[in-house]
Amino acid sequence: MGKLTFSMGGVHPHDSKYARECAIEELPLPQTVYVSMAQHLGAPAKPLVAVGDSVKVGQVIAEPGGFISAFVHSPVSGTVKAIAPRKDLAGNFVTHVEIAVEGDEWDPAIDRSKDLVTAIPDDKAAILDKIKAAGVVGLGGATFPAHVKLNPAPGKVAECLILNGAECEPFLTSDYRIMIERPKEIVVGAAIMQKVLGGCRCVIGIEENKPEAIAAMTDAVRELGYANMEVQVLKKRYPQGGEKQLIDAVMRRQVKSGGLPIDVGAVVQNVATSLAVYEAVQKNKPLITNVLTITGDQIPGNLQHNYLFRIGMPLSWIVEQAGGVPETAAKLISGGPMMGKAISNLDAATVKGSSSVLYLSEGMTRRKPATSCIRCGKCADACPMGLEPFLLNRLYKAADLEGLEANAAQDCIECGCCLYSCPAYIPLLDNIRQAKGQVMGVIRARAAAAKAAAEAAKAATNK
Amino acid sequence: MTLTFIWTVAILTVLGLVLALILFWVARKFKVEEDPRIDEVEKVMPGANCGGCGFAGCRAFADAAVKATNLDNQYCPVGGDEVMQKVASILGFTVAAKAPQVAVVRCNGTCSARPRINEYDGVQSCRVKAALYSGDTGCAFGCLGCGDCVAACQFGALSMDPETGLPVVDETKCTACGACTKACPKHIIELRAKGPRGMRMYVSCVNKDKGPVAKKACASACIGCGLCAKTCTHDAITVVDNVAYIDFTKCKLCRECEAVCPTGAIHGVNFPKELDKEAVKKRIADRKAKAAEAAKAAEATEEKKEVANG
Amino acid sequence: MDKKYIVSPSPHIHADVSTTKIMRDVIIALCPAILVSILAYGWAELLVLLVSVASCVLLEWAVTRWMLKRPSTVGDLSAVVTGLLLAMNLPSSIPLWIVFIGAVVCICVAKLPFGGIGQNVFNPAITGRVFLLVSFPAQMTDWTPTAGFLSIPDAVSGATPLGVLKETLKSGGTISQFMETNGYTWSSFFFDLGASAGELSAGALLLGFIYLLIRRVVKPWIPVSILGTMAIIAAIFSGINPDAYTGVAFNLLTGGALLGALFMATDYVTSPMSTLGGIIYGIGIGVIVMMIRYFGSYPEGMSFAILLMNCTVPLLNMWFHQKKYGRA
Repeated sequence: MGKLTFSMGGVHPHDSKYARECAIEELPLPQTVYVSMAQHLGAPAKPLVAVGDSVKVGQVIAEPGGFISAFVHSPVSGTVKAIAPRKDLAGNFVTHVEIAVEGDEWDPAIDRSKDLVTAIPDDKAAILDKIKAAGVVGLGGATFPAHVKLNPAPGKVAECLILNGAECEPFLTSDYRIMIERPKEIVVGAAIMQKVLGGCRCVIGIEENKPEAIAAMTDAVRELGYANMEVQVLKKRYPQGGEKQLIDAVMRRQVKSGGLPIDVGAVVQNVATSLAVYEAVQKNKPLITNVLTITGDQIPGNLQHNYLFRIGMPLSWIVEQAGGVPETAAKLISGGPMMGKAISNLDAATVKGSSSVLYLSEGMTRRKPATSCIRCGKCADACPMGLEPFLLNRLYKAADLEGLEANAAQDCIECGCCLYSCPAYIPLLDNIRQAKGQVMGVIRARAAAAKAAAEAAKAATNK
Repeated sequence: MTLTFIWTVAILTVLGLVLALILFWVARKFKVEEDPRIDEVEKVMPGANCGGCGFAGCRAFADAAVKATNLDNQYCPVGGDEVMQKVASILGFTVAAKAPQVAVVRCNGTCSARPRINEYDGVQSCRVKAALYSGDTGCAFGCLGCGDCVAACQFGALSMDPETGLPVVDETKCTACGACTKACPKHIIELRAKGPRGMRMYVSCVNKDKGPVAKKACASACIGCGLCAKTCTHDAITVVDNVAYIDFTKCKLCRECEAVCPTGAIHGVNFPKELDKEAVKKRIADRKAKAAEAAKAAEATEEKKEVANG
Repeated sequence: MDKKYIVSPSPHIHADVSTTKIMRDVIIALCPAILVSILAYGWAELLVLLVSVASCVLLEWAVTRWMLKRPSTVGDLSAVVTGLLLAMNLPSSIPLWIVFIGAVVCICVAKLPFGGIGQNVFNPAITGRVFLLVSFPAQMTDWTPTAGFLSIPDAVSGATPLGVLKETLKSGGTISQFMETNGYTWSSFFFDLGASAGELSAGALLLGFIYLLIRRVVKPWIPVSILGTMAIIAAIFSGINPDAYTGVAFNLLTGGALLGALFMATDYVTSPMSTLGGIIYGIGIGVIVMMIRYFGSYPEGMSFAILLMNCTVPLLNMWFHQKKYGRA
C-alpha cells in the first residue's frame, strides 16, 4: 500500500527530531525514588507495602484500586521510607511510595538476559494475567491499563491491532529509538497481543519521516515471520498518532462519537506498550522502566539525550544527569509541544507514561496577545475531528451547553491543532477543553439519571 | 389631485383600522391566562434578573412565589428585606427579616506577600488556570487573580486591584446574589453577614497546608496555630485542616482574635477606630490572670472543704 | 528555582501565521492591479488610492482610540485592505472629499459599529462603494480617464463598457453593434479601459489571485462558483439570443466581476465558513449579478449581489456545517 493518512484536518509543525541520533542511555540510580500511586487512568493504586519494608526491583508495591487500575512495582531495591502525599508535576498532591535506594537487587523471577524469546504461550487467559500482573499500561500518553484494552467485552471482536509507531509529536524520539534498537522485541510483543485478541490482523504504522525505523521494523517482521503482520508507512502529519486518526487511516473506519475503537474492531497500542508486553510475558519483567527524550529547540547537541529511566526518578535528578536546564529554556514540558503538560514543579517524580523533558525557548513558546476572530476558518480546517472551534469557543463564552453538545464539543481530542493554526492567537483549546468537560458532565449526569430511572422502573414492574 | 389625496388617506386609514382590529382579536384569542398577582409581584421586584434567588429571573421568582404556600424557601438577595416585605404583603404571607449579606474575598495573598514561582501564559480565566495546575505561587489554595469573579458580577461590585492582584468588593454595589461565589474555582469568596454598620470579622485565608508550608508560600497565610480559637470567648472560631474559620453568626466583633493572630490573617473591616493590638492583648492577659486567680481561689476553697469534710 | 518558567495549557507552539500576515498577502496580491491602474490613470489614481487608505486607517485609529478607548487595531492592516479595495472601485477622476466620505462609511458604518474586524455582516469596501454610488451618482459614473503614464489604446470617455452596453441595448441596438461602434475587441477586455482600477486588468487580478492561492489565504471554491455560475447563465442566455444577451467572456472580464469574485466575495469575515455554504453563496452571487446585468436597470450588479448574499451568510453558517469525524 502507499502512504496512508487520516481524512480530515491536521497540521504540519516542523518535526524537530533533533535527538534522533542519540542512542538510548541507561541512567545511574539516584538515592531516592518516589513511586506515584496515580500512574494510570482510572482509580489510584493501593499501596501493599508499609514503611520500613525491604523491596527488590520488580516487587509488587501496590495493587489496582478498581476495575480500571493497575499494579505498581518497585523500580529499585531498598527500603520503603514513607508513603505520603507529594506534589506531581502540576503541583497537586498525590500519594507516593518513597524508597531509599540500596544496591540493585532484582526479583529472581525476572529474566534479565538479552536473549530474544519468540515462542508465544498458548493460553490467552494466562497471557492477560501476566500483562495485568506486570502493571502494563498504555505508553502512548493515556496510560490506560493494557489488560483491560486487550480483553474486549463479550460481543466485541478485534479485527485489527494497530501499533502506533507514528510518534507524530515534534521533538519526541523515544519511540523512534526503541524501534531502531529493539525492533524484534516489539514485533514479538505485537504477536503476543495478536494472540490475546484472537489472531487478528496487525498493522504497524510508522510515519514517513522515520525511514530507518520503517526498515528495522520491516526486517524484524519479515525475519520473525508471524502471520498477518505488516508495516504500513503513514504520511507525516499531526496528529497521525491519535487513536481515532490511526483507525481512520489504516482501517478507513471512523469511531462513532462516544464509542470506543473496539466498536469498529480496532485495538490501538503504542510500540512502547508492545515492548512492555514482551518484557512482561516473555521476561517476567513488570513495567518499571521506560524511555524518555531530553530535547528542545536552541539547545546544544550534548544536552540532547534518550534515556532509559526507572519510574519514580525525580525529573530534577534526570535533568541534572542530562547536563542541567539550558539557559535558553523558558518553558519545560513533559510530553510533546502539542499535547504535553507544562512542568511547574521540576521535583516531581517520573511515572510510567513520562515521555520527555522538552525545553522550549521564549521565542518558540511565549503566546502572542489574542485579537479578534477574523472568521478565516483555519481552525475548522485544522481540526482532525471535523469540529468548528470558532463556534465552540463562542458557545462556551455564551455558556450554551445545548449548543456545545449539538456541535460535538465532547468529541474534541484536545490535540491543539486549532490553537496552533489560529492567526488571531485566540486561546481556543483552553476554552474548548472546559466546554468539553462541562458537556461530558451533562452527558454523564443524563446517563446516570436514565440508568436510575430504568432501574426504578424495573423494580416497580418486578414488585 | 385632491381625489388621489382623499383616496390615499381613506385607504390607509381603513387598512390601519382593519389591521388594528386583527391584532386586537389575536391578542385576545391567544392570551395566556395568568394569575394577575404574578404581574403585581414582578412589579415590585428589582428587575435585575441576576438569578441570585435561584430562579431564572424576576418573573420566574414571582411565578414561584404566587404558586407557593409560603415564602420560607424564597429570598431575593438584591431586593433584600424591603422587597420581600412588599411581596409578602401582596400575597398575604409573612416573612422574617434576614440579615443582609455581602461577598467577602477570603484571601490576602497580595503580590508582595505571596511571591510568584512561575509565569502563567494561558487564557486569563481562573477556571482554566485552576484546572491546569496548582497556581503560579506556592499556595495551591489562593486567589488566581484572573478575574472570573469580576466577570461574573452583574452589578459591577467587583474589580481587580492591580497592585495586590486580588479582587475588591464594593459594598455599596454588592447585592449578595452569589454569582461570584459560584464563579470562583477555589471557593475563596463567601457570602457573610454584613454586620452592624458594616463591621465584620473574617479569616482572610483558605490555605489548608500545614503551617510552615503555608507561611513559606504566603506571609499573610493562616498557619492554623489556633491562638484565635483559644482566645475567642464566644465559641465563634474553629480550626479545621490547618485553617481557622470565624462563624459570623456567633462573632461579637470584639477583635481579640485579630489582635493575637501572628500573621495578620484575621481581618476586621469598617471599624470606626483602628485596632490597638497592645491594649487588646493586655485586656486578654488581664482576663486570663483574673481567671487564673479565681481558679486558684476556687481550688483553695475546695481543699478547705475537703479538709473540713475529711 | 529562581528562574520563573512559563506554564500554560497545551499546545505550547504556534504556527507562523497572523492576521497581519494574511492582510499583507492580500495587499501584495492587489499590487499588480494597482500598478497597472497607476500606469494607466496617473497621479490622480495614486492620489485616490492614498487618500482612501489614509482615511480608512486614520478613521479606524481615531475611533478605536478616542471613542472606544481601546488599543488601536490598525496594526492588523485590515483598514489598509479596505482602503485599497474601495479605491479600486472608484473612478480616478473622483473628487477626493467623496473618497473620504466613502472611507467614513466603510469604517464607521460598515465595520466598527458591528464590533470591528470579524464582526461585520457586510463587506465594508462594497458598502462604501454602494453608498457613494447611490449618493453621488454623477461623480461615480463619470469614467473620464485621467492622464496616465502610459498611452492607452482605444481610450473611451464617459462610461464603462457595461454602461455603454446598457444604453445601446435600451435604445434597441444589438451586442455586435455595440462591439463595433465602440471599437472593442475581445482582447481589449484583458486590458479594459474607461473603467475603475479594479476593472482595468483581468490579467493583473488573476496574477494576484494565484499568489493568494499559493499562500493558502483564499477559499477557491467561492470565486469558482461565482464565475462558474455567471458563465453558465451567460452561456445559456447568449446561446438563446446573442444579440440581446452578452456572452461568457464579456461577462467574466468586464465590470467588477473579477475583482468582486476574487477579492471581495472571498473576504473571510463576510463569507460562509463551510465549503457547501460557500458554494451556495457563490451561486447566489452569480445568479443575482447576471439578473441585474441582463434585466436590471443598473449596468453593474456585482456590488449589490455580494451585499445581498452577505445577508444570507449567518443563515448559511447555521445550516451548513463541516463534516464531523464519526458522524455519517
